[in-house]
Amino acid sequence: MRAQTASIDKMLVPIEGEKNLLELCRKAGIELPTFCYHSEISVYGACRMCMVELEGRGIVPACSTKPEAGMVVRTNTGEIRSMRKMIIELMLANHAQSCFTCKKSGDCRLQSIAKQLGVDTIRFKKTNRDEPLDLSSKAIVRDPGKCILCGDCVRVCSEIQSVGALDFAYRGAKAQVGPCYSKGIGEIECVGCGQCVKVCPVGALTPKYQVAEVWNAIHDSSKKVVVQVAPAVRVALGEYFGKEPGSLSMGRIITALRRMGFDRVYDTCFGADFTVIEEGKEFLKRRESGKNLPLFTSCCPAWVKFAEQYFPDFLGNLSSCRSPQQMFASLCKEQLPAELGITREELVVVSVMPCTAKKFEASREEFQKNGIPDVDYVVTTQELALMIKESGIDFNKLELGSFDMPFGFSTGASVIFGSSGGVSEAVLRFAAETLEKGSSQEFRQLRGLNGIKTAEITIGKETLSMVAVSGLANARKVIDQIRSGEASYDLVEVMACSGGCVNGGGQPVCADSLDKRAKGLYDSDKMLQFHVSSENPYLQQIYAERLDDHKSHELLHTKYKNRKRIDQEELILAESSGERVLTLEICFGTSCFVRGAQQLYQDLMEYIRSSGLEDKTQFKASFCGQQCKKGPVLSVNGKSIEKCTRELAISEIEKALNLV
Amino acid sequence: MSNAFGAKFDKVCEILDRYEKRPTNLIPILQEIQEEYSYLPEDVMTYVATAIGTSPGSVFGVATFYSHFTLTPKGKHVIRVCDGTACHVRKSAEIIKTLEAELNLNAEKKTSSDLMFTLETVACLGACGLAPVVVADDEVHGAMTKEKTIELIKSIREGEVAHA
Repeated sequence: MRAQTASIDKMLVPIEGEKNLLELCRKAGIELPTFCYHSEISVYGACRMCMVELEGRGIVPACSTKPEAGMVVRTNTGEIRSMRKMIIELMLANHAQSCFTCKKSGDCRLQSIAKQLGVDTIRFKKTNRDEPLDLSSKAIVRDPGKCILCGDCVRVCSEIQSVGALDFAYRGAKAQVGPCYSKGIGEIECVGCGQCVKVCPVGALTPKYQVAEVWNAIHDSSKKVVVQVAPAVRVALGEYFGKEPGSLSMGRIITALRRMGFDRVYDTCFGADFTVIEEGKEFLKRRESGKNLPLFTSCCPAWVKFAEQYFPDFLGNLSSCRSPQQMFASLCKEQLPAELGITREELVVVSVMPCTAKKFEASREEFQKNGIPDVDYVVTTQELALMIKESGIDFNKLELGSFDMPFGFSTGASVIFGSSGGVSEAVLRFAAETLEKGSSQEFRQLRGLNGIKTAEITIGKETLSMVAVSGLANARKVIDQIRSGEASYDLVEVMACSGGCVNGGGQPVCADSLDKRAKGLYDSDKMLQFHVSSENPYLQQIYAERLDDHKSHELLHTKYKNRKRIDQEELILAESSGERVLTLEICFGTSCFVRGAQQLYQDLMEYIRSSGLEDKTQFKASFCGQQCKKGPVLSVNGKSIEKCTRELAISEIEKALNLV
Repeated sequence: MSNAFGAKFDKVCEILDRYEKRPTNLIPILQEIQEEYSYLPEDVMTYVATAIGTSPGSVFGVATFYSHFTLTPKGKHVIRVCDGTACHVRKSAEIIKTLEAELNLNAEKKTSSDLMFTLETVACLGACGLAPVVVADDEVHGAMTKEKTIELIKSIREGEVAHA
């Protein structure tokens, strides 16, 4: 059979399963401008930049047109060119013209497409209004005045992450994208993963920078400033300096950090080796007792917040291990002040992370001691690139440096943390080493870019069922399967970003670079001396000298809490005008709702009416009292009843009324 | 609109049950809730989102998209001024201005602080022969003037005092 082809700008292009004309044009080497097309999320067709002329059908958007054999497509007619230019002009007329001071400048797709299309004038009246920045989140800054309404963030948040923190609101000229009830993005269910930042073509969503704070600390002579660098940073930062995605630039990063004035340069992987040991031990212990399985990993702060909001009944399954960033920092703050001859207050720990949610994690109160956070500042890969450029350092000419010891020594097992499946692989290597000494296996079964990767792995007599998940919508899917009994696992690794940390919200934006970055990490693993975390000699030394069971629990483990999705006040369900003797407060959070809170409310209202208590009662609701596991929760005159039933509630009400 | 103890929220539960808590029924659910409350309170929207299993953001998106929905409480008396072509040429703008001054309202603020009055403009009431037209609650007043408008507000206020 002859291959099916379409003609694109007079070239015959074979159709080989491309989903739309835009992909087919790309294959033919034609880069159509677009704001709203991303291969991993649904087609939206909003920006109208990828319009092409299709013979017999007129002008159509390439992204939402299916390729068919015999199509004759033109991508570059006079009409299309003038249309594209006009769309850009209209967008620019309604866009802040503050490119000089915009964080996205240089990386902005609106800027680059305007330049690419030769837009040199804006014929329309300026209509944009500057709007106040939304600084409510620790992770992300929203600048609504720069939004071009492409909807990329809306789709990535609901389709890939199943959170739906951002959505369109209002309409026509007043349309905007934002959180519910015009709240700040830090006041709602946003998990801080930064995937919206990654897809935003303009400067409407950006990481919350801490560059200035870090410079201030470096310039403060009373402080010693140490820095840790996460694995995924070393295979991506080079992209800002013209390197191929995935090329390893750790050596240059170390030299750059030293030149910028950091007193010690360390590796987050050192923390990750501890995570492997602690999580590995926890896993083997749970396997033995059969309790709290599957074990969910807890390295990803966006996943942790997601679980706290939506899956309170699974919090007991989350590993109690702190993430590598936090293990590293608590060890640092414990050990370094004495070594450097300074007080704890004089030590500043800075993290370089591929991730925006790490900024939120560092601010969690669990990771503070006497009000001082273990990690003082978190900068993303893109902020580090800025700092290097600001310092005037010619990155590509730098000599290769090496980490300071002991916190700079790591094994290959911890380097692969940056890729989805890496944590599981590292824990498996440790488990295999523990169960069968000297087995030194690699476990490649969980590598790759799929969102859900499962494997059955046999170590000695044990068979372990594992799944590595990336993307929170996939995590939701897997949890639903576990709940329904459709699937059962021993270990579930969850990373919020598709492909893992290499695709974090603070990384350079570059399509198709994920597999290369992941490969860079696996190559780096090969080059290192050790491949199982327990082989790390400095780690062995710290365990022997400093960490008894109590201390390691204090420094390396944490607790989780139920978390409400939205900061919202209570809802008055029913209120009497008379003198009030009974106040009932019911929780209407997701978890209590699922456990029958509405039925409980209806039963109690019936009771109140039949007992003639209407005149004396106030019945109100809150949206999550953060006791989700024990829902439904009802409080009677301030006394809280967990797992409340109609009978329990009525007996408590009767007790309360007798007292009055 | 009922003021009896708990009646409103009972109705919310009843509406959600009747529409089987389906996300595809969001619009009729919101319509009926608005009939109960006269507007869509944020906390009730969050409850609806929880019940139908969607994000509060998407409920907010629907509620702000349709001009039928309102997110602020309406006053006890709703005054609608017709600003269709016929009424407009017969100086409905003057009547709107008079009402805004009388009730201390403006283009942004549509409901008086005492929650007594809400002022709305409508495109055409189909009573062009009576232009300019004002509808107070459900009563139609034709051939309105500045003076007659002030008189109308005064009589509603007096009615309120007499009731109290």
